[in-house]
Amino acid sequence: MSDTEPRTDGGATTIARMRRNLDRMTAEDAGLYVVLIFAAVFYLVPIESGLVTSFKTGTAIIETAPFAPPGPSGFTFEKWQTAIDALLRGMGNSLLYAVPATVISAVVGSVTAYGLTIPTWKKSYKAVVLMLIIAGIFIPYQAVLVPLTQFWSQWAQLDQVLSFVWALGVSNDYAGIVELVITHVAYGIPICTLLFRTYYKTMSDEMIESARLDGATLRRVYRRIVLPLSGPMFAVVLIYQFTQIWNDLLFTLVLVSTESSPAAPVVLILAGLGTSLEGQDFALRMAGAFFAALPTLAVYIFFGEEFAEGVAA
Amino acid sequence: MHRTIRPSSGDDADEVRADGGVVSDGPAADQPTEPDRDATTRLKAALDRRFGSDFMESSVFWLPPFLLMGLFVYGAVIWNLLISLTDYERFENAPDYSDLDFEMYTRALADSGFIDAAVNTLILLVLFTAGTLVVGLLLAILIDRGIRFENSFRTIYLLPMSLSFVVTAQFWLWIYNYNNGIANSVIGTFGLGPVSWLGNQDIVLYAIIFALMWQFSGYAMVVYLAGLRAIPREHYEAAKVDGASTLKMYWRVIIPQLKGATISAAVVLMVFGMKAFDFLYSLVGGYRPPNGADILATKMVREAYANLNWAYGSAIAIVLFAMALGVIGPYLVYEYRRDNL
Repeated sequence: MSDTEPRTDGGATTIARMRRNLDRMTAEDAGLYVVLIFAAVFYLVPIESGLVTSFKTGTAIIETAPFAPPGPSGFTFEKWQTAIDALLRGMGNSLLYAVPATVISAVVGSVTAYGLTIPTWKKSYKAVVLMLIIAGIFIPYQAVLVPLTQFWSQWAQLDQVLSFVWALGVSNDYAGIVELVITHVAYGIPICTLLFRTYYKTMSDEMIESARLDGATLRRVYRRIVLPLSGPMFAVVLIYQFTQIWNDLLFTLVLVSTESSPAAPVVLILAGLGTSLEGQDFALRMAGAFFAALPTLAVYIFFGEEFAEGVAA
Repeated sequence: MHRTIRPSSGDDADEVRADGGVVSDGPAADQPTEPDRDATTRLKAALDRRFGSDFMESSVFWLPPFLLMGLFVYGAVIWNLLISLTDYERFENAPDYSDLDFEMYTRALADSGFIDAAVNTLILLVLFTAGTLVVGLLLAILIDRGIRFENSFRTIYLLPMSLSFVVTAQFWLWIYNYNNGIANSVIGTFGLGPVSWLGNQDIVLYAIIFALMWQFSGYAMVVYLAGLRAIPREHYEAAKVDGASTLKMYWRVIIPQLKGATISAAVVLMVFGMKAFDFLYSLVGGYRPPNGADILATKMVREAYANLNWAYGSAIAIVLFAMALGVIGPYLVYEYRRDNL
């Protein structure tokens, strides 16, 4: 693992090591690296092209190649400023539901997975419950969208229920944020449960067995044994869920609906940014895209290992 | 750690039911013989006998989340099915459930837009899933050959998956741009084009599939990598000893062992494919039909939320759900048979 992070050792030793490796390299190896690097370019070019474009002036966009950086005269921060101005409010709103929804769904997933893993109850009944939960991961959101809208607009009218909050001067558009938290938690339970379940299945039974024989309740076993050992999985689940919730457009589209709402999340405003501009201002689109992606990009760059573990499960 | 789990240490006392330890520790069968137990205790004993010794005690953990999720998912799907049988539309406050029929489904069959969207959905699912699996498998095999900077390559290939569809749609709009986009400047160096990637009805679906493959092949790679790592090294060596070429070794020995990884990755990818709504919505700038690339996911949302044909949208959603079920159902049975649940 450590040998794949060239930045951690000095540049000089890296180069010396690379030279030594080059001497040993066969034609087959060389071909392998050429293909890998070519693939890396393929995955990076759309992102790189977007990044350089976000710093270009209108004339530079026309005059330079799409993947070439802007020259000194064609360089501008202007689009980033406009994008940040347009999206900053949305960033705050996104955090307002993504963070609580992520934390709550992770905790609930851990508890649910524990309830379905450690205790002894008949396997076939457990499998039915698990199947129903896991199938929930794969159900397209479209299949629940209209009832969800009905539920929040007719049955559970949070903008009225929470009127005491709006009396404090908060816009009642923020009812949409609360709805998003609850909705994302409900739809996060399946995947969070599955992730914790795969982890708990590998956990040593012996410690838990002996605790049970000592007469410990399930609750106590969870709090004293299982939860303290769940740290690494919590990292995986929190990272995975945060990315998913932050990136989702569909729920925000139907629950908050307009990008002009004071509670509009960043993805909604970004999607609207394109709509209103009819595809003309690419530099602004790109700056907006990068700004909106900053939180998940940061999470990915710092916790790539956990992210990969989450998607592979 | 054992000292913390003695039942007598007190701070958990409020959570311990009077009989909790007894019922869960002893064999459940001896419970009902005592005559003067109250109803709940008898019910508990009966349930424990039926479902297993910890069923009742553990239900505190899984039942409330299960019910919440069940109501929001399965309850909503059933409700959606009901709405699809009504004529609910426009700004009516609530659907009229007194008059249920399959009108919306016959309407769908007569709607050429629906047929096109269904066909496009199938094309997208098949091509996107197959293509992504092949690319992911190739990347995984290349990365698994003991290369240096493995983590860096892996991080780069998986990077697009951490991004939102809304964000990646902006990148691909720019790449497919007619005048200044990369796609046209690349084929231009071969003397081809320019092509209107997103404007040409015959091409747009494939352009979108290509972009989706870019976003998700890293995912397939990660799944295959885990699968490859689970194969014992001896299998490679045995194939080598038998004199198989590298190509033959992978084709005959290694790839067949990746069946489980292929199936689970394919299921997840198909579901991603059905969810491509976010991408298409951002690509066309809103509810407008992505011409030539309309899929059921976009058509459903447009019908319900832009045209306010709630019942019709619900019917399309049920078709989409049925398609998803056709993929998930066999998958879950397969996983259950392999004892993976």
